[in-house]
Amino acid sequence: SSNEHKLNFKKSKEACLNYIQDALLQKQWKRAAEFLTCYVEALEKDYSREHIGPSEMIWRIGTEILWHHSQSSMKEFNCFMEQMKTLGVKRYLKVCLEHVFHLLCNGQIDEAYQNLSLAESWRFGEQTAIQDKEMKLIQAYRGLLDYYSWSKQKNILLEQGEDGFSDLAVEQEMHGYFRKAAVNLKEIIKIPGVWDIFMKCYVDLLEFYGDHNEARQVLNEYAYNSKFPANPNAHVYLYQFLKRQGESKKSLISALKILHDIVPSHELMIDFNTMLQKSKKRKKRRLGLEVIFAALDYAGWKENAKAWSCLARQVKQIVISEKHLDWIKQEWNSRKDWWPAFHFSRYLAKRNWQENKSLSYEKALVAGILLGKDCKYFKYVSHQGCKAQLKRFRMLKRFVNKHSLVCLRISG
Amino acid sequence: RDFNERCAQCSEVNWGLTDGGRFYCRSCHNVTERTREVVNTDFITNSRVQTIAKGLRKQEKTDGDCEWYICEGFQLVLKKQVEALEALGVCPQMKDEILCNFWRCYLQKSKQAYCRRPAGETVKTLSVCESSTEVDSDPERPSLLHLLSLSESEGDLQTDCSIASSVSKVSESTSVYSGSVDGSLYLRKNQKEKLMMTMPMTLSFCYMALLWVREPITLSELLRFVVEGHIPYLNVFQHFPEKMKLCGLDLKIFCVESWPVYEEVFNKMHELAAFLDLPRFPDITESCFLHPDMLCMKYLMEANLPDELHNWTCRVVKKIGIGEVDFLTLTPGNKSTRKVKYDVLAAAVIVVVLKLLFLLDDHYEWLLSEFAEERNKNNPEVCMFYSGGPYFEFKKWYEVVKHSLDVEQKKLDEERAKHLWRCEKPLFYSVKNKSKVLKRRQMVVSLKNQFGKLSGSVQRAEKPNPSSFQLSWSEENTNGSCFHGHSLKGILQEKCGLLTVMNPDYWLCTVKLCNEKLCGHLAHYKEVEFPQSYHFVLRLFSFLLRIQPSYIHDEVCMIEHKLFNKKLCKKLKYNTVLRK
Repeated sequence: SSNEHKLNFKKSKEACLNYIQDALLQKQWKRAAEFLTCYVEALEKDYSREHIGPSEMIWRIGTEILWHHSQSSMKEFNCFMEQMKTLGVKRYLKVCLEHVFHLLCNGQIDEAYQNLSLAESWRFGEQTAIQDKEMKLIQAYRGLLDYYSWSKQKNILLEQGEDGFSDLAVEQEMHGYFRKAAVNLKEIIKIPGVWDIFMKCYVDLLEFYGDHNEARQVLNEYAYNSKFPANPNAHVYLYQFLKRQGESKKSLISALKILHDIVPSHELMIDFNTMLQKSKKRKKRRLGLEVIFAALDYAGWKENAKAWSCLARQVKQIVISEKHLDWIKQEWNSRKDWWPAFHFSRYLAKRNWQENKSLSYEKALVAGILLGKDCKYFKYVSHQGCKAQLKRFRMLKRFVNKHSLVCLRISG
Repeated sequence: RDFNERCAQCSEVNWGLTDGGRFYCRSCHNVTERTREVVNTDFITNSRVQTIAKGLRKQEKTDGDCEWYICEGFQLVLKKQVEALEALGVCPQMKDEILCNFWRCYLQKSKQAYCRRPAGETVKTLSVCESSTEVDSDPERPSLLHLLSLSESEGDLQTDCSIASSVSKVSESTSVYSGSVDGSLYLRKNQKEKLMMTMPMTLSFCYMALLWVREPITLSELLRFVVEGHIPYLNVFQHFPEKMKLCGLDLKIFCVESWPVYEEVFNKMHELAAFLDLPRFPDITESCFLHPDMLCMKYLMEANLPDELHNWTCRVVKKIGIGEVDFLTLTPGNKSTRKVKYDVLAAAVIVVVLKLLFLLDDHYEWLLSEFAEERNKNNPEVCMFYSGGPYFEFKKWYEVVKHSLDVEQKKLDEERAKHLWRCEKPLFYSVKNKSKVLKRRQMVVSLKNQFGKLSGSVQRAEKPNPSSFQLSWSEENTNGSCFHGHSLKGILQEKCGLLTVMNPDYWLCTVKLCNEKLCGHLAHYKEVEFPQSYHFVLRLFSFLLRIQPSYIHDEVCMIEHKLFNKKLCKKLKYNTVLRK
């Protein structure tokens, strides 16, 4: 309750904004509109000292309300956006951009394209230079839509090709779109930033037209240029590209290294480990073990049978060869306090056995090696497996028993 | 002004006075031979009468604008306000006799009219919102920006500097803009010397007149009527005649962007009364509405408290002497007596009585309530028959009143957030930013329409009829939500033939009063330091009077110190509870 009996214009409008905010958060669009109606007169005062002035408030709030309100139409929305564009010259391009996003969300690609073209041709004295960044974004998104058109043409061409037709006009159009798209996309990815969607499209274009050098160069820039923010996807894109190009394992491995550093739980860690395991270099195999252990630290991987099978395979191989047991020991050292409860509890043993026999098999193998044949998990699963007369579980039991001494050395 | 004949030329009854003291018709400027008898020598001894109408008589400019002085504007404001008061039922003498005379007296004392213009105070005819001027540029005349920064406004009109500065850049040599003749002078003058008019001060005038006539409207009620829109205040300038163009610095004077504050209006009124050298006001006696006994009755009803409490409020009032005529009646200029806030005082008396009866320490009142509840349950018929009503249960009362209070407070908070400050008439600083202002106005209107449609079926509520009571409780309700007729029997006892309270204790809000002149308050109220029941009671009256709880707390402290004066002098060392 407000005990503030001194009320003035500013406080009154602040209170109004609070009510609007509450209404928006509770998705009460009618109520938000009601209070916004009372707020708009704030436009008639100059708030140049405030961080966010009423015109920006009204733009943002109004957009939200009109977007979600059941009685609001796209026509009204567009009309409102046009008004907002005139309200603040300093924000003009930003408003245009957001308007375009909304049009795209609504599937109005052509209108979005028109708006982008219009915005691109906007000039306003020194503001044009000040809003340079927004302008680049507008051009980039136009490039994106050009890519989209190119893609459509490409598909038409491919279909026609199947039927035996070949339409020169379609092909020309397609090339035209390519040129337009490439120019703008190339520009935006020069600026440090996160441009995943632009990158993907640009690389796609380059690959189609066979310019692999350019593709490789921009991907490398995107992934390794320190000016760009750390972005796991950059490395993923590079890796995928290299793979498509049939590059050597060596370069593939180097592409995934940083990804492992930034996102040890990434799904590509399986591929990474698989490649590393098979490597002839000892260092790489060591890294492989580190990678797969690190991935399984994450809850999202707990039930990933493939990951467990990778770990199982590598660990089994080490145990059999009796070489590099210290690797396992090193990795297990920091995990022996919490992995047992995290992965190898009796409850999980039961559940895994019920839900996914392969998973339980792989996990049991790892558990048996790391914790010994007396550990709850191994005992339960192997017992169940033998009871069910599944061959591989019998072999598992035999294996762990055979190498129990080695296992003891690990579990220390 | 007492001349009621029709004009020979135009048959209007609209007279003014010329310099020579003759009547002239304002509508057609026909001068008569009739002279006005000097009725009140206090006002017009040995001074040349400079009528306010002088400005209107001047040749009207070709574009239909006229020259007008700031005090003319205020006169119009006052006129509108007092007419609104009349519509509310105030006696008609207030306008023609009381307020009019106060106003004239003020004009004379502040030398804005009815006197010889002091030497050296020539008011140059300033440009009226035109960009080209014939006025000599005066290097000493402060720029628009400088004048705007003089007052400590919270940046409302000051921020419009950005619009104004672009204007002044273009024509730096021209004088400041104002629609009125003396707008800039008005702001420049040393405010303390001459008590210049402000918008809040118009309400001080109104209140002063109301007090003189002893109308049953308290200051808090007056201010509430202003906020509710029954008395013109917010955009009253829109009623100025078309010819009176308002722009530039006039906006700073007449545009209000905050609601009047009780303290400010109250203090100004006393300052004004002293400035006008008014004599002692008409006596406030026991039969007056403003007397604590009467106001307590009203507030008890509104707070849904038992009528029986009235006996106790009267007892307290009598004991500490705040019902005395000399205490209540205003004598302007007497600095030794504390100025009486009739409404706050009455509310505070009730709070003290509640503390006397219920202690309000977050324990005792609930205990008493439980006893009352037991008794009511066990003997429902007996209670009704013998004591005229069920035993008063604090708990029930609290629940009922809290519920209503919360609902009303919530409504009030929303109203405040939805409040519209601008009116139909757009304001501009100068012709230069007129187009920009109009464009903005257009956009505002269009946005209002667009989102208004999306507001659903919610219509802006019609202005509620002005009512003296904000909370009402009907005895006809069978759900027992009206406590007026309830009995205090459960908490009273007989001792030596006198009825006293069962509660033996009392806690003082503060042991030592602050020096009001130094820090402005008698005590400093912090919600967390006091029992919640006490806070609730303060909150209730705070809502009814639309003032901060701390003001009521101040009065409570004052009353307590009067009440327990002897004991306090004796036992200054003890900090908390005193035995009665």
